[in-house]
Amino acid sequence: MTDTKKSPEISNLSRRTVLAGGAALSASLFTPKMLRAQDFPTDVVNTTGLAVTDTTVTCGILHSITGTMAISETGSVQAEKLAIEQINAQGGILGRKIEFIQEDGASDWPTFAEKAKKLLVQDKVASVMGCWTSASRKAVLPVFEQYNGFLYYPTFYEGLEQSPNVIYTGQEATQQIIAGLDWVNQTKGAKTFYLLGSDYIWPRTSNKIARKHIENFMDGCKVVGEEYYPLGHTQFNSVINKIRLRKPDVIYAIVVGGSNVAFYKQLTAAGIDPTEESPIVLTISVTEDEIRGIGGENIDGAYACMKYFQSLENENNQAFVKAFKDMWGDEIVIGDVTQAAYLGPWLWKAAVEQAGSFDVDKVREASPGIELTSAPEGYVKVHENHHLWSKTRVGRAKADGQYEVVFETADLVEPDPFPEGYQ
Amino acid sequence: MHPMPIKHSFMTRRDLVGYAILAAIIFIVFPALLEPFRLNLFGKYLTYAFVAIGLVLCWGVGGILSLGQGVFFGLGGYCMAMFLKLEASSPENTAIQSTPGIPDFMDWNQITALPWWWEPFNSLAFTLVAVIVVPVVFSFIIGVAMFRRRVGGVYFAIITQAIAAILTILIIGQQGFTGGVNGITDLRTLNGWDIRTDEAKTLLYFVNGGLLFVVLLIAQFVRKSKLGRLLIAMRDQEDRVRFSGYDVANFKIFIFCLGGAFAAIGGAMFTLQVGFMSPSFVGIVPSIEMVIYAAVGGRLSILGAVYGTLLVNYAKTSFSESFPELWLFGLGALFIAVVMAFPNGLAGLWSEHVEPRLMRLWPGAANDTAASTAEKTPAE
Repeated sequence: MTDTKKSPEISNLSRRTVLAGGAALSASLFTPKMLRAQDFPTDVVNTTGLAVTDTTVTCGILHSITGTMAISETGSVQAEKLAIEQINAQGGILGRKIEFIQEDGASDWPTFAEKAKKLLVQDKVASVMGCWTSASRKAVLPVFEQYNGFLYYPTFYEGLEQSPNVIYTGQEATQQIIAGLDWVNQTKGAKTFYLLGSDYIWPRTSNKIARKHIENFMDGCKVVGEEYYPLGHTQFNSVINKIRLRKPDVIYAIVVGGSNVAFYKQLTAAGIDPTEESPIVLTISVTEDEIRGIGGENIDGAYACMKYFQSLENENNQAFVKAFKDMWGDEIVIGDVTQAAYLGPWLWKAAVEQAGSFDVDKVREASPGIELTSAPEGYVKVHENHHLWSKTRVGRAKADGQYEVVFETADLVEPDPFPEGYQ
Repeated sequence: MHPMPIKHSFMTRRDLVGYAILAAIIFIVFPALLEPFRLNLFGKYLTYAFVAIGLVLCWGVGGILSLGQGVFFGLGGYCMAMFLKLEASSPENTAIQSTPGIPDFMDWNQITALPWWWEPFNSLAFTLVAVIVVPVVFSFIIGVAMFRRRVGGVYFAIITQAIAAILTILIIGQQGFTGGVNGITDLRTLNGWDIRTDEAKTLLYFVNGGLLFVVLLIAQFVRKSKLGRLLIAMRDQEDRVRFSGYDVANFKIFIFCLGGAFAAIGGAMFTLQVGFMSPSFVGIVPSIEMVIYAAVGGRLSILGAVYGTLLVNYAKTSFSESFPELWLFGLGALFIAVVMAFPNGLAGLWSEHVEPRLMRLWPGAANDTAASTAEKTPAE
């Protein structure tokens, strides 16, 4: 019976064994291995008054399903619901079915704080899957720390944060940026970079790290321009003219939201065709979700640096994409953040079963070292600093809106939310 | 027909009953019935009521429709947030930063020293003064620039809206100094007193309620004073008031500044109770929402503003909790219903439908009713 505390995807196998036996393991993910609730009495697994009964455990889902962020966050909600459904089909967590309470953050940061408090104080949820923008995370963070909640946060973000009450399932900035810059330098011989982005904390911090890396760690490379535009900005002609004058090897673009559509359309209209690679367009802000808005033909040929692309060829991902489409329709595309959101419930399940308890303090203690061999992105592991070890990948956008993976790091990249030498 | 002599006493018996009922609701009913989390939420709603009361004076009484009250709410809130942020950014708390002792968002934006205009916010006394003075000075400048040139009506509304948009862009753009789109977050203590505990929140709720009554009484006083009657006259026939020798602009500037000051107090209390401030309260959308609170309450009624704010926000919270995917439609339906069925808002509903029935049961109060209806009936 000692084995029953371990779920199928927590394994002590080395990474090499995991990769070798990947097929067998991912098959085991869909083989229900029931843990029985009576082996884990409620008064033992829940000593802090969380919403756990003999048959169920309640978690929260807190994303914007109305307002400007709804278009981005919907994928995360869908991924989390899929993961919860799959976990329940396997018998739930410690024999308890997951029930969820969904709240709408309404793209409004104070609303996020209010709803987070409601989920923790009134509903006593055992964990929360949620938030997307940094602003919403910053708004709920004091609430989670005060009431000792546990948040799984899916978005790639700027780093500079490490809360005991959050597991960051997306990449922090260095994991997304450094390997991509090295790749474009080594394989394409790029030496000059033009940085641009939307004007808020994530693009600015990311470009700061990019600049430090280019100037300090890449021989003979330099930044020839750096500019920011307000969120929602749609006139990029002046910067496109500057780019044509300075002729950088790489346009490093961190434009977000609706601005993306204008930026890539104006870029192609101005005769900068990403497929010609002069200059190369490299972005860290466009996933498959954004391409739907931009239009595949406008961004065809650009490179994106992510940890996950829908087109990844491995069995985990094929099963994930199929299950996702079965649940949410064939038209749907899956971006980097959606996959990261899908990891949240699985990481939670693994940590709870490792801890043998839903209590937040015990789950937190059990979290570092948790591995998922069943992740669509491959293999991930939770670091001591609450971020995930994961690979950096470069994909090339195609006209059909998908990415073709052209590069991936050989090893997992260590998360480093407070990078030395990049401050 | 002898017209009923209109009394201009500060408060009629009827008003007194209204205030007593509201006081009972805020100070007795809510604390008794609501758990701390909900009580804190209602405290947050009540901070918007400060703005709505100011709007009743400016818009309902004075005829000045401002679609930028969020600016003053935000300025008051930001002043308070700056003090709290500095207190939370002690060198010990921020040891992990490249420059300890400055707010975290400054450090992220490579700012290495506290900007000079942040320095005074180390002082609580200065902050408390600034919470009122900064928005009032700002509204005074706007008021002088607009009303002296006789800008009014729709043009004034559009300009206030533009100011709200400009200030939002400014705050977001200057993120190194203002926290940008994230706002100023993670506020912890007020002079060493932890504002995040349930006890602190409850105490802040009562402080907030007390301040709300101070503001209500000031509003009532203005409303019943000669100034209040002049404002109504200006709203209905501005030229006549001007030709009678009054300087219309000065009265308008005064009432606009007063509305700004009320909003600022609300903003500061918001920051204290919610624990952060962000540009999402400064922009056009929240400013218009605040006008809706006053409209739902009945834009002529000071007490109605409080009830309107509570109703709209409570509806917002409960709709969105029950129907996370559909709640906006429900809220929209509520606004349409109120405007179509009760153009004078909750206050109109009360005085047209509920009160007459009560009067039949309690005839003694009839005289007061006649006195107060004379002041209503807007010209628009």
